[in-house]
This record gives sequence, C-alpha cells and structure tokens, in this order.
Amino acid sequence: MSVSAETPTLLRVSGLQTWYPIRKGLMRRLVGWVQAVSDVSFEIGPGQTFALVGESGCGKTTVGRSLLRLESPQKGEVHFEGRDLLKLDSDSMRAARQHIQIIFQDPMASLDPRMRIGDQIAEGMKSFGIGADERERVDRVRALLERVQLDPDTMDRYPHEFSGGQRQRICIARALAVEPRLIVCDESVSALDVSIQAQILNLLRELQDELGLSYLFITHDLSVVRHLAHEVAVMYLGKIVEQGPTERIFDAPAHPYTKGLLASIPSIDPERRGGAPPVLGDVPSPSDPPAGCHFHTRCGVVMDRCRRQAPRLFEIEGGRSRCFLAEHSDPT
Amino acid sequence: MSALLEVRNLRTTFPGALRPLPVVDDISFSLARGEVLALVGESGSGKSMTALSILRLVPKPGQVVAGEVMLAGEDLLQLPVTQMRRVRGARIAMIFQEPMTCLNPVVTVGAQVMEAIQLHDSMSKVDARARTRELFAEVGIPDPDARLDAYPHHLSGGLKQRVMIAMALSTRPEILIADEPTTALDVTIQAQILALLRNLQRDRGTAILLITHDLGIVNELADRVAVMYAGRLVEVAERKALLSDPLHPYTQGLLRSIPALSRAGERLPEIPGVVPSPDQWPAGCRFSTRCPLRFEPCAELFPEEIRPAAGRRVWCHEVERSMGGKGAS
Repeated sequence: MSVSAETPTLLRVSGLQTWYPIRKGLMRRLVGWVQAVSDVSFEIGPGQTFALVGESGCGKTTVGRSLLRLESPQKGEVHFEGRDLLKLDSDSMRAARQHIQIIFQDPMASLDPRMRIGDQIAEGMKSFGIGADERERVDRVRALLERVQLDPDTMDRYPHEFSGGQRQRICIARALAVEPRLIVCDESVSALDVSIQAQILNLLRELQDELGLSYLFITHDLSVVRHLAHEVAVMYLGKIVEQGPTERIFDAPAHPYTKGLLASIPSIDPERRGGAPPVLGDVPSPSDPPAGCHFHTRCGVVMDRCRRQAPRLFEIEGGRSRCFLAEHSDPT
Repeated sequence: MSALLEVRNLRTTFPGALRPLPVVDDISFSLARGEVLALVGESGSGKSMTALSILRLVPKPGQVVAGEVMLAGEDLLQLPVTQMRRVRGARIAMIFQEPMTCLNPVVTVGAQVMEAIQLHDSMSKVDARARTRELFAEVGIPDPDARLDAYPHHLSGGLKQRVMIAMALSTRPEILIADEPTTALDVTIQAQILALLRNLQRDRGTAILLITHDLGIVNELADRVAVMYAGRLVEVAERKALLSDPLHPYTQGLLRSIPALSRAGERLPEIPGVVPSPDQWPAGCRFSTRCPLRFEPCAELFPEEIRPAAGRRVWCHEVERSMGGKGAS
C-alpha cells in the first residue's frame, strides 16, 4: 500500500522551507523569522493518501498552502506532474491549480453565502473551460451533487440552507468539478460531528477508488489518519519528525513525539483510562525554537546531545525518524 | 451516594414558526457529590443548553418552561435573581471550550482570578493574591508568580484553560460544569487538562458535569454517562456498561463510527442522514429517522423509559421489545 520506488510520483516536495519574517519598528527592521516549515520533503503517488499530522503551529497547514503558492516558500521544489510549481509564472500556476484543489475545515467560510451552490460548483468549470455550454455544465453539476449524495434539485439553494456535513459535500463537489488529480484536505472533517465525519471519510475513500485521486490530508486528528492514509508524516515545530507507512507509524511509532501523540488520544476502551499525561509542557514558539532537537524540552527520553545537536532524519525500518535513538539503525 | 444536584423533567424552549421548540425536552438526571457525569451528544443535541438551563443562563429568546433543578434540596429555578447570582460561581462554577472568550484581554490573569475571589469572599488584596498564586500552582501553571502578572495573550491555550479552572475553583464550588473543556486544545495538552481535572475531582471531591461530544474523553473522566439526541435523553448508564455494551441504537452507532476503532481500508460504519432540525423532529423517537432498527411504533410513539438494570435507563422501542415488554423497573 505504501509508495514504493516503482510507483510513479504525482507530487514530489523536496527541501521545502517557508519562514515568515518578523519585522519591528518604523523601518520595518527584520528582527527574526517564524520558522513555520523547514526542510520538508515527501512524495505522493497517484491514488495515494499522504497525511501530514501534528499539533497547532507545527507547520502542516503552511505546507499545504505553500504547495499551492498561497504562501511564498523561500527554498525547495514542488514537482507536480513533472513541473516545479515554485518556478511557474502566474499564468501557468493558475492553469496548474486546476489539478490541485483544496478543501478547508470550515465550508461556510469557503462558500459564498450569496451564491447558489450550483453556480459555485460551475464557476471553476467555466474558468477552466470544462463543459461546452451552460446545458452541459448544469448536467455536470447535477451529476456531481448526486455523486456526493446530495439531491441534484438543491442546486438552486444557498449554503445556509444546508447542514455542516452537507456543505462539506458541496465543497467536495466543487473541487471535483475541475477534474483534479490531487486534493489538499486541510482539517476537512475536523469540525464535523463523529457520525457525519464517518460519512465524509467514506465518501472521500470511494471517490479515491473511483477517480484515482490523491489526497494530501492535513489534520491534527490521528484517528482519522489511520483510517484513510497510506503514508503519514508527523510534524513538530516546522519539521517532519517521523514518516512511514500508516500501519507502521501506529503499530510501532519510533519517535518519542509520535509515541506521545498516539498515547495522548483518549481511548474508548473501558478497561483503559487514567494514565499520566504522556507529553508534558507546551509547544515552544516557532519564532524561537529550542536549540538542538526541537522536541527536547518535552521529551521523556532526552539525552545530553539532544540539547546541543539537531538530529537529521535517520532511515529506519519502514520510514524515517528525526531522533538520535534511530541513529544506530541508519545504514548511511 | 446521595444526589447533590437533581434535574427533573427539565424543558427549555425557543420560539418556532408554529410552536415553541423544546431544545431541552423532559430531561431528568442526578449528580452525586464528587461524581463525574458526562452529558454526551453531537451538535444540536441540547447538551450545552441543558447546562445553561441549570445555571439559568439560557440566552433569550429561549426560556426554561418546566422542571426542577434541585441543588441540595433547593429548586434553583425558583430562586430570586440575587440568590441565583450567588449560586453561580460560588456553588456551581462553569468552564467553557474557548477560554479566550471568557478572559478579559486587557487585565492580567492574576487580577481576574483575584477579582473572582474577592467577589465571593471578603479578603484583602494581599490575601487574594496569595490565594491566586496557590490556585495557579494547584492547577499546574509553571512559574505561578510570574504568570500572575501575565495578560491572556501571553499564555498558550492550555495555560489559559488552566487559569479558567483556577478561577472556577477559587470559590470552592460543589459542582463544576465543564462544557467541552478540551475541544479547542491540542491532543497532548488535552491529556494534561484531563489529568488535571481528574486529580482535582479526586483531591477536592468536586462533582463535575462534563459536557462533551467525545466518547474518549467520557472514558477518561466520567463515572456515569447520559447520552442526548435532539433534545432528549436516549440512554443513561455507568461508564463501563455504556462503552462495552451500549443498548440504544444511537449510542451503538456513535461508538462504531469512531475512526480509531477501524483499521485502514475498512469502510467506517456510519449513521446515515443528519440530525433533524428542531422543527422537523418526529412525533415519536427522535432518532427514528436515522435508526437502522426502526419498526412500526418508532416514528409515531415516543418510547417510555425502561430500566434494564440498576442505574441504567434507556428510551427505545426495540430494546423494550427485545426485553419482552416493560423491563425490570
């Protein structure tokens, strides 16, 4: 299930860095950087789901936005269908966006409240020249609504007439309308009730099977990831700290942060409860990350060198881990 | 355990186009001294409105129209406004999902907790500050002396929630109502706050009414669970019984649709459809529009309370039928 060497790659991100300048005073003097994303590399194959997980401020959303050039990365490459998106001029980038769509957490904020949902779904088709005429586009809107399990006759309604889950279906239909290859799902199911969340996750899965879509799934919720993703990268303070096939990450997490994150999820097993909190303290500021390993201030197995020296991503069995404890297993 | 708080037949309505809509409909439960009762449900279930009804803080035009809220033998719904104000904070305190909306951004967090203390206890400023420092230490705020003079925006979400908990505990309330206290927090911070609440409840014996949509949090903290759906209770049970052997089809569906239980590649068991809005609630069981086990009486007739075991209540025609009639009550 994981992306093997033989799988062709749809998206290849390498060495991505997005830092935001901190400026102060009348002269807007540069006084520092918010190190939102540093040295992030990963690949997504066709029909694959890659999950980027981490807590607030880890940079996962910035990665997603940087791919679409909604942010301006300073370094790195984003190869999509063979071209480096970061090098495209604005016209070519606009054309490339047809094949990368994004679905956000709050559908109400990404839908226009004064526009009929059918028109919103058709809007992208028009700008990318999909559908010969109005008639054809209306047919397509109806088919898309049906595909996301909404009544096609609701196409003349407005967003406020739908529930949260239905609105997220509208956003999915709108994304699908322009025939994307990759959909960035940024916390797309996080605001939904669990019974509705299950419906949307199942829908995303079905669409992937039918259309061969790839997903970059950005979320703080690891339990959602387990269900959907083929491969997972865990981020902490701007860097990937562990990466690997989903089953390996969940069954045998290597990095102390991944272990802590998994252990922090409240269990619904009635025989298991009441442990001590697995990770202490707060996430440090990304504008002033700790020296050495960024996680050393909260790590339960911190060693002396972790405070001075920053570990690189070591190769481990089934992935990579940015922890000195993984150093011995790295053949390189 | 004797009941500290007893809610009986509570009903809260909002005006609707045709008739008042009962967003809290005939809710009865009790909370014992030192107990943690979780009120569980999805959005629109009425769980938060139940808590606000207890405190008589239902936003207008909503109003509590029936029922009793007995706190140690006294009906809060009948108290004069001035006395009710003293109950809030002093005897029943509440913490919310988003601490930032409850903290004043231009006053230091220390001063805000001191104000709460001095409002209920006559105490000098120096004593109130010392007491605030103690509370900050008790709720695990690192370097409490420095944090007394911090403004809310200096603090992380987890620390702000700790300040809110310190403020809530400052008057030694008998009951703490915690409305989604960790929903806005990251999972590692959530684990810390849950451990804190558990320790406070154990050390101080404060009863907690925990309002949450997350059955994992229920398992971590609750002694008993009351599940709500569309304004009604559907099942009340002790924590282990509810999680290991849910009786109501809604509770069963809720538990099954949690992704953590499924393996990769499996289709998640979903509850079809959506929660109907209050003006479209069926006459019978509110869950009947989505229930996989629905049969003839469900849409028309509201199920009566049945008691399949001690401490267990469930409202479901199918459970009643499978038990062969009325059930042991």
